[in-house]
Amino acid sequence: MAPGSASSPSPSFPASRPWAAVGTMAAAAAAGPSPGSGPGDSPEGPEGEAPERRRKAHGMLKLYYGLSEGEAAGRPAGPDPLDPTDLNGAHFDPEVYLDKLRRECPLAQLMDSETDMVRQIRALDSDMQTLVYENYNKFISATDTIRKMKNDFRKMEDEMDRLATNMAVITDFSARISATLQDRHERITKLAGVHALLRKLQFLFELPSRLTKCVELGAYGQAVRYQGRAQAVLQQYQHLPSFRAIQDDCQVITARLAQQLRQRFREGGSGAPEQAECVELLLALGEPAEELCEEFLAHARGRLEKELRSLEAELGPSPPAPDVLEFTDRGGSGFVGGLCQVAAAYQELFAAQGPAGAEKLAAFARELGSRYFALVERRLAQEQGGGDNSLLVRALDRFHRRLRAPGALLAAAGLADAATEIVERVARERLGHHLQGLRAAFLGCLTDVRQALAAPRVAGKEGPGLAELLANVASSILSHIKASLAAVHLFTAKEVSFSNKPYFRGEFCSEGVREGLIVGFIRSMCQTAQSFCDSPGEKGGATPPALLLLLSRLCLDYETATISYILTLTDEQFLVQVGLLYEEGVRKAQSSDSSKRTFSVYSSSRQQGRYAPSYTPSAPMDTNLLSNIQKLFSERIDVFSPVEFNKVSVLTGIIKISLKTLLECVRLRTFGRFGLQQVQVDCHFLQLYLWRFVADEELVHLLLDEVVASAALRCPDPVPMEPSVVEVICERG
Amino acid sequence: MEDDAPVIYGLEFQARALTPQTAETDAIRFLVGTQSLKYDNQIHIIDFDDENNIINKNVLLHQVGEIWHISASPADRGVLATCYNRTSDSKVLTCAAVWRMPKELESGSHESPDDSSSTAQTLELLCHLDNTAHGNMACVVWEPMGDGKKIISLADNHILLWDLQESSSQAVLASSASLEGKGQLKFTSGRWSPHHNCTQVATANDTTLRGWDTRSMSQIYCIENAHGQLVRDLDFNPNKQYYLASCGDDCKVKFWDTRNVTEPVKTLEEHSHWVWNVRYNHSHDQLVLTGSSDSRVILSNMVSISSEPFGHLVDDDDISDQEDHRSEEKSKEPLQDNVIATYEEHEDSVYAVDWSSADPWLFASLSYDGRLVINRVPRALKYHILL
Repeated sequence: MAPGSASSPSPSFPASRPWAAVGTMAAAAAAGPSPGSGPGDSPEGPEGEAPERRRKAHGMLKLYYGLSEGEAAGRPAGPDPLDPTDLNGAHFDPEVYLDKLRRECPLAQLMDSETDMVRQIRALDSDMQTLVYENYNKFISATDTIRKMKNDFRKMEDEMDRLATNMAVITDFSARISATLQDRHERITKLAGVHALLRKLQFLFELPSRLTKCVELGAYGQAVRYQGRAQAVLQQYQHLPSFRAIQDDCQVITARLAQQLRQRFREGGSGAPEQAECVELLLALGEPAEELCEEFLAHARGRLEKELRSLEAELGPSPPAPDVLEFTDRGGSGFVGGLCQVAAAYQELFAAQGPAGAEKLAAFARELGSRYFALVERRLAQEQGGGDNSLLVRALDRFHRRLRAPGALLAAAGLADAATEIVERVARERLGHHLQGLRAAFLGCLTDVRQALAAPRVAGKEGPGLAELLANVASSILSHIKASLAAVHLFTAKEVSFSNKPYFRGEFCSEGVREGLIVGFIRSMCQTAQSFCDSPGEKGGATPPALLLLLSRLCLDYETATISYILTLTDEQFLVQVGLLYEEGVRKAQSSDSSKRTFSVYSSSRQQGRYAPSYTPSAPMDTNLLSNIQKLFSERIDVFSPVEFNKVSVLTGIIKISLKTLLECVRLRTFGRFGLQQVQVDCHFLQLYLWRFVADEELVHLLLDEVVASAALRCPDPVPMEPSVVEVICERG
Repeated sequence: MEDDAPVIYGLEFQARALTPQTAETDAIRFLVGTQSLKYDNQIHIIDFDDENNIINKNVLLHQVGEIWHISASPADRGVLATCYNRTSDSKVLTCAAVWRMPKELESGSHESPDDSSSTAQTLELLCHLDNTAHGNMACVVWEPMGDGKKIISLADNHILLWDLQESSSQAVLASSASLEGKGQLKFTSGRWSPHHNCTQVATANDTTLRGWDTRSMSQIYCIENAHGQLVRDLDFNPNKQYYLASCGDDCKVKFWDTRNVTEPVKTLEEHSHWVWNVRYNHSHDQLVLTGSSDSRVILSNMVSISSEPFGHLVDDDDISDQEDHRSEEKSKEPLQDNVIATYEEHEDSVYAVDWSSADPWLFASLSYDGRLVINRVPRALKYHILL
């Protein structure tokens, strides 16, 4: 063994410090997962056997530390793996080793290594013995356990055998029983079959009489069902004379039945549901569907045309027309309801007809529908002159709503679209009408003004001043505009069924109302004014200069303020409708009287402001203590919680962030006494008005409290204003 | 790997000024200045005993007024500068002065925390930075790595460079520059770049960041509209000379390469209110600390724009060679920027955060209610960066 490697400082002991490692190896083998070297092979020739064994243990150790043979050898400090003199190497050769020792070492060293080796071998032996002793008990108990298991298994085997024989016996018995019963079972099955057949035959033989009876009683449905059940059997066995007879009888009766049904169907008076039933039965009897379909529609047409005629009669020139609401109501329940019924029945009956049938129905509905629409439009045209929008809107709503049901049934006929179109047309016409009205009103105003100006002055009695006239004109125009807007606004009311149509959401508001009505009116105003200026008094009726003056002032006012006001008004009513699009959201502790609750919630901050000067000189901790206690009792506010998409939540978020910003700004300032008082007043004012916008008003109170408290801290001379004074100031506003 | 719990220290007063004792590199020590209009203000010297997780404090009286900003000399442990409010005849003026603390407190002391408050010592005034002509002082910054003789102060729209002479007992205005423009221009914050031989200073006013050359006192770059709203603070990357971080009232933290001022290199939007402070770690510049008035402190790992974008790969001496390979390697190994931790120990707005000058893995944050929290970088990340 090379002395250099023995003293190597490398920590990889298995390779480089073989001898020193021996003791550890034994310990590792004892503690390790594999108690490999058994107690049996205790060394006889220590010199010869030990290295072999050690190598084995060493290999295991390497395994334990996850080092491969090559890896261990690959270390630069380690010895050559092929070195036969390496005690721990794989290729250790005792002869060569001994030879080398004898040749190289002086006697003393030889002796030393011999004693050393012997000592270590002894130590190994004793370690091994200890191991064996330590584990002896475990071996004994393991042996016991195995023996006991052996006994138990023998007993279990016996029982399993017994179970197997018993099972065999049971199987045998069961087979015998089935064999015995087999015979009877077959017989019973046969008898049951015969019985069923007999019952069927009986039914067949009784069929003609039953059918006759049914027809006599008018129970057509029952008769058709019987016929349907028997037909196939009769068809199959018609070569047998007896069956043949029955079939003939049945056919006669069925023909009669069909005759009667047709009769009933043609009479037609008995209402749509009964007709539908007749058709259904006739179809079941195998009558040609095509023909029935035509007939059915013809009947329906007759009925619906009657409805239309009655509507037309109401519309007629002479009799006083009922109001439009009543008209659409009647049309809705009479015609549209009828059409609905027809369509529903048709679709149920002639579903088998496929697309051709559906097309037929659609054409039918289209034709009648267009006639109905023509009537409705005529009626609506009569309304056009009227001023009352609410009735018209309600009528349109009713009309539109009624048509939504057949619209779903008869998507192909496009009735709903046509209805929406009509509504839109009417809305457009109304807008035009209102525009006309506004123009007329404006011209009327001007005429009034002219008259007032032209009126001969009565001496001593001053006529109305120009300013007054101007104010009159302006206010009357404005009120007309507002009235028109209010009237038109009905079209977009939430509860009206067509208000959510794209036209009414977008184009109607922006193009129709804003551009068409309001802007159009303002344009025409300008034009009128312009025409006054342009027309020099050639027709004799020269424009009085006072009127021009007044108009110029009016236009100026419009330019500076009124137009933007009116447009804002329009936008507010028609375009910016956040509140309508977003739901309200949940509001916690909504108390309408909280605006009255003045300083009760303020008490904490107020007290702090008030007490701080009196308490604190003795102990500088107190301000903080007070605010800390205050914080203890108030929940921590999460100023920046995520926002839901509803009005309250969004507003709450905005308010929270704004108040937080206010707080931060307050903290960056130093306040004088009056600055603090101003903050107090501001916060109180905010408190009075902010609660109604937030989900939880407590939030506002807490944040405002914090603002006031911070302001008090940032004030070298904190003398808060009396609460009653704060209240008075805020309420005056 | 259990992380140590944060250590919390409470001051009796409101506070918004915090600095590490910059010249101290062995002990973890922070200085905190209080804000009180009614009582004598204090500077708390906070010693943190890392091994026992114990805080020792010493209190110095700062009687001249409430402290808005504090900074410690990088050369002398006993010297510090404060900006404070002085109220006279219902007028408030923010002044700045350089102070020396008593000798025995320079290196901390191991008094028990109770008895020191009764025997509070006072600071020795070294000199005032005379600002009668310039207006309110926003902050004072020391020349980094210098000998503690040069400071810059920002007063309203003026940037003033002072020379401290005769062992800091005299401050001589060496040069100055001022912003001209519409409206009332006012500096909010400034930092002195540790690069370029300490010849650059960056300042923030309104929404603009500006760089200045201290030799000529002229503007060298300007980032207009760096933030949508007021810029509150900025900091230089200690390892990359052209990089700086800024934060502001738009709740964002932005990272800039001053060679390209049109667009930030990176923007972080983790806070939900004004961000008051941003600080690079002094040694590992991927660690960025921000404090905000949403009461949160956020530690981010901005590894992709740090000086070690692939972790610790190279030895210090061949960093320069590395620069060329950077772009290719980036595509190979993209490292994720992320938020490491959000610290929620504060209940009020956090106005100051800073790293310890002694322990690169430790930082302090200060909220308005006087709560100082000392936290550490999570251990897992620390080992990840180191190994």
